[in-house]
Amino acid sequence: MDALTGESNIVYDARGLVEPNADVPKVSSIDGEKAEFDAQNLTTRQINLELRWLINEQGITDVTVKNPGAKHSLGVGLLTRCKITFDGSLGYFGCGIIDGPEVHVKGRVGWSACENMMSGCVVVEGNAGSLTGAAMRGGDLIVKGRLGARTGIDQKGGTILTMGSVGSMTGFMMQRGRQVICEDAGHGLGDSMYDGVIYVGGKVKSLGIDCVPGEWTDADTEFIDRKFRIYELGTPPTFQKFVCGKKLYNYDNLEASERKLVL
Amino acid sequence: MPGPTTDATRAEITVCGIAGIIYKDGHHNVGQDMTRMLQSMKHRGPDSTGYALYAPPTENVVLRYTTANTTTPRDYEFQDRLKRNRAEAERRILGLGAKIVSCAQETDYAFRLTLDYTGELKTLADQIEDISDCEVLSLGHSLEIIKDLGDAETVCAQYGLEQFQGTHAIGHVRMATESDVDISGAHPYWAYPFSDIAVVHNGQLTNYFQWRRRLERNGHRFNSECDSEIIAVYLAEKMSEGLSLEEAMHESLDELDGVFTYICVTADALGVAKDEMAAKPLVLFEGENMIALASEEMAIRAIIDHEIDTYDPYEKEVLVWTR
Repeated sequence: MDALTGESNIVYDARGLVEPNADVPKVSSIDGEKAEFDAQNLTTRQINLELRWLINEQGITDVTVKNPGAKHSLGVGLLTRCKITFDGSLGYFGCGIIDGPEVHVKGRVGWSACENMMSGCVVVEGNAGSLTGAAMRGGDLIVKGRLGARTGIDQKGGTILTMGSVGSMTGFMMQRGRQVICEDAGHGLGDSMYDGVIYVGGKVKSLGIDCVPGEWTDADTEFIDRKFRIYELGTPPTFQKFVCGKKLYNYDNLEASERKLVL
Repeated sequence: MPGPTTDATRAEITVCGIAGIIYKDGHHNVGQDMTRMLQSMKHRGPDSTGYALYAPPTENVVLRYTTANTTTPRDYEFQDRLKRNRAEAERRILGLGAKIVSCAQETDYAFRLTLDYTGELKTLADQIEDISDCEVLSLGHSLEIIKDLGDAETVCAQYGLEQFQGTHAIGHVRMATESDVDISGAHPYWAYPFSDIAVVHNGQLTNYFQWRRRLERNGHRFNSECDSEIIAVYLAEKMSEGLSLEEAMHESLDELDGVFTYICVTADALGVAKDEMAAKPLVLFEGENMIALASEEMAIRAIIDHEIDTYDPYEKEVLVWTR
């Protein structure tokens, strides 16, 4: 009767974590400044420990991770310039809070990839899930497939470029930065955005509140051409430009104490 | 030193997980495949695990039922009650003119019967569920619902699902948030009293009580307090009115409120629907010989050993595959 009376066999530590082992596996093959390891039988925590050990302690600048297996939270919190290749797909929260790395994902990424990314670039060969680039602050995120809903929600900087389409509420509450969408966009594009620019190459199902068409300038052409050239993406399609209508624009960049002085 | 945690602690890191698989080329070891998929998402829901497995259809009716739940008191009379409930259930089945072709007892409280029965499934289900603590998990010519507490490997071993041959299946790992941790609260849900229809769901329905009252007025019963249970009955009722599975699922996107992704299966089809906010995840793989979908890609990769291309369906999307 254990199944009826017991709970489950999962062991959690006091904080609810299931991977309390903090030992670096040290399984990489190292060749000069390059390293490679197979992640198939490693946990998320072990993979990230191995990455940090290689980059921060062994001076490695180029790491290839084989068989990432769509595990979650891989490659997060890397704060140095280095090159990382994931030879496969990532699960949720991949490459979050990174500052500097150049990441190449040969498969796809799940939800919330590159959340809070600060600088560097991430190139994804496949598709990406929802919430990609959420609260992103800087750097380039290039997705060669399609993106899910709420892409770049709360984006604060940087560039998100997809060769495919995006889901609903893309650019929701976007505050700065650019999004380049080569195909279609779902409902509520740029809803409640404060600032920033969204370029769409295909159809837009509907614009969100306070998102309006913007005036095209030479700077827009130069920006898009430059990104397509850097990442070898071919000839860009014709884009429509969308910006904040600023009807809801209800904040300035003054701190509360500064505002008191000014007003 | 590992210590106990509460649901609230785990709620920060886990939520329910759903999975589905349909083969295009006959039947496969679907019990084993679904176990691998669900076990890889164990972190999304450690409370209970459930399967809706579809074997090749038979002339007989397959009945899965339980004679106790986790809430049944474990007093001195518990074992006697289990025996009494089983005997009474079998007496009522025979009383309806059904012939018991085979009977397998899989746990102290869970049974699988094959019946030679041509009467109303509703009558059969109602007769069994009229017995205290008894619940019909599934009825049909192909569908078999198995659900219990624990992770997928535990439930698979307990019910001997490793060798289950079938054509398609759905599964669920549950983290209980709003209703009890028991077998009634576990998914999948059979679409009582409709044959061979089941649903798994990740999300919340905010007009659950309205729909429950409407469906109860139409004569349907609900065994749990779980909002997911109404989806199965809702869809089955729509289909009984003449809609196709796909049409019924499209209607559900307008009539069911909340955030949800659900998978519905019938004897020959599997469909998935996402709400208009696409707030709950689902990753989809469409291969040459199979369609596999799950809350997380790692579940799909648990049964496919080569590199694959997957994507997330968009908001308000309904996709149906027929065998």
